[in-house]
Amino acid sequence: MHSLPRRLVALFITLGLASMLTAQGTIKIGQFASLTGKEASLGQSSHKGTTLAVEHINAAGGVLGLRLELITEDTQSKAGESGTAVRKLISRDKVVALLGEVASSRSLEAAPIAQRSRIPMVSPASTNPQVTETGDYIFRTCFIDPFQGPVMAKFAKDTLKAKRIALLVSNSSAYSVGLAKFFKEAFLAGGGEIVAELKYSEGDKDFKAQLTNIRAANVDAIFNPGYYNEGALLVKQARDLGITLPIFGADSWEAQALIDLGGKAIEGAFLCSHYSPQDPSPRVQDFVEAYKAKHNATPDSNASLGYDSVLVLADAIRRAGSADPTKIRDALAATKDFPAVTGNITIDAQRNASKSAVIVTVKDGAFQYVQTIAP
Amino acid sequence: MTEFLQQLLNGLSLGAIYALIALGYTMVYGVLRFINFAHADVFMVGAFAGYYLGQFLPEDTLWGGSIVLIGAMAASAALGMTIERLAYRPLRNAPTLNVLITAIGVSLLLQYSGQVFFGAAPRTFPPVLPSRNFEIGTLTLSSNQLVVIGVAIALVVALQFIVFRTKMGTAMRAVSLNPKAAQLVGVNNNVVITFTFALGSALAGAGGILYSLNYPSIDPLMGVMPGLKAFVAAILGGIGNIPGAALGGLLLGTVETFVAGSQYSTYKDAIAFAILIIILLFRPAGLLGRFTAEKV
Repeated sequence: MHSLPRRLVALFITLGLASMLTAQGTIKIGQFASLTGKEASLGQSSHKGTTLAVEHINAAGGVLGLRLELITEDTQSKAGESGTAVRKLISRDKVVALLGEVASSRSLEAAPIAQRSRIPMVSPASTNPQVTETGDYIFRTCFIDPFQGPVMAKFAKDTLKAKRIALLVSNSSAYSVGLAKFFKEAFLAGGGEIVAELKYSEGDKDFKAQLTNIRAANVDAIFNPGYYNEGALLVKQARDLGITLPIFGADSWEAQALIDLGGKAIEGAFLCSHYSPQDPSPRVQDFVEAYKAKHNATPDSNASLGYDSVLVLADAIRRAGSADPTKIRDALAATKDFPAVTGNITIDAQRNASKSAVIVTVKDGAFQYVQTIAP
Repeated sequence: MTEFLQQLLNGLSLGAIYALIALGYTMVYGVLRFINFAHADVFMVGAFAGYYLGQFLPEDTLWGGSIVLIGAMAASAALGMTIERLAYRPLRNAPTLNVLITAIGVSLLLQYSGQVFFGAAPRTFPPVLPSRNFEIGTLTLSSNQLVVIGVAIALVVALQFIVFRTKMGTAMRAVSLNPKAAQLVGVNNNVVITFTFALGSALAGAGGILYSLNYPSIDPLMGVMPGLKAFVAAILGGIGNIPGAALGGLLLGTVETFVAGSQYSTYKDAIAFAILIIILLFRPAGLLGRFTAEKV
């Protein structure tokens, strides 16, 4: 009779030891990404880049002799899900650092939780400045909207020779509202004029009303600081209404879905990007080749930023010499000229990455490099 | 003036789609006195049925487009009848509230099974109809807008004919007036109710296709907003009243478009819904609805 409990105890001890051993063998990193839903195209790319980087690092012997273990939670592109995902990663999975999100709104949801729990968070692609303003544990590996806005303003003024611009802004997205503001400031300072500023909400599909208003306003170009889904639909509807003006977006237009949805209408549209796979530098070409071999697709900006976010984090853990969240944070803050795929990354005093931007256009159903604009 | 006419046209083509969905709400309400919340998801399934049919048909042809439209209407009608048979008929004698909650359950079931079977990422609806732009002066008309308005008018006329000129329509009105008395004079209520669901769901399916032709990004949650607006349109026109639903849909679409095209574009939904509240304050039964006293 009494041999059973003894056996159970032995079993528990073995299980406990086993779990301790696996816990010792890895460094747990949590990722929250929009793997499904409206911005899935961005989230999936980012996730593919992230997993590739983790594989590369583990294949090269891991970090501090330990393997990186990536635990991913889906935010479903929905408001409210990021908070749940991040809480789960921190309290249940006990991750030492967080990677995510692409969308600024969802990064802003997660950032206060990461900050309060003192877990460093690296956003691969959220460009809204508020994200890292949340606290000293929040970092990012992309440029920010106060930089991107002036880049697009400069492009509109110098390349498109536009003087009068109409803005179409998504008023339910922190990214869109912020970017519109920085674009406006820079464009007005450069002597340009914002003739019309019309709003829509995330998930809207009909933009004909706003576009009809813009058509009557006699502008030189239309700027849509928003996501690819709405962007593609509104460009299509603009062409349906007979608007032949140049239309340009920003970095959140860069997704294969923009071209799939926009079809012929999207040809000739411009957008801003973090990198171009046509960049001849060996660092970029090696990455593009490895990504193509694994995922059978050309990596877009989000894939490369997802990749870079892991490299920057792994480099910080290596320099910190331990997987302690606070030490990782200090090492992240000290990142200087780190050679990443999307350029040399230096983390500045506001915990943002400073590096250059590229302008691309849609040509024959693919993104084509136009020019690089340095900070 | 051009801008006004252009906005009116934009508004009418959006409103026509709301009207098609609103008709389904209003018909079911007229016969069964409850709001079928799953209706908006039948609209979504219609769009997906069209999407899958479109994979087998050539793009840009009139006959291909017609097959997609009719196929989606048939699929939606079948789904509507199935929902009625499995979810609502067993509750025929239960309080209305139970049926209402069941309707919300069916709606969620369709939305989330849609995410499982179709995937949550938006898909691109194929351009099944040839599309062309017409210029009349400075006014731009797209053939899709004309198709939406034309098909909507044709379907509403057909519906009026069915309800007021056919035997089945007479039976529907009889059930609506008094289900017990209808049964006494030989109307098979179950057949009438199934037919009502089939008809309303077919209209939702047509709405799904027309919506996707104009806004070719479809996903399993695409029915939520248009469904809510159409529900509001049905109330606005007077729920249970067929021309009222059509009028409500057109009115809501037009108001929304005019606000979206003005400097108050941020408030487009707020203003559209504020107008609803104001109209209901002055006409509680809706624009064309008649107020009937409930006998207690």
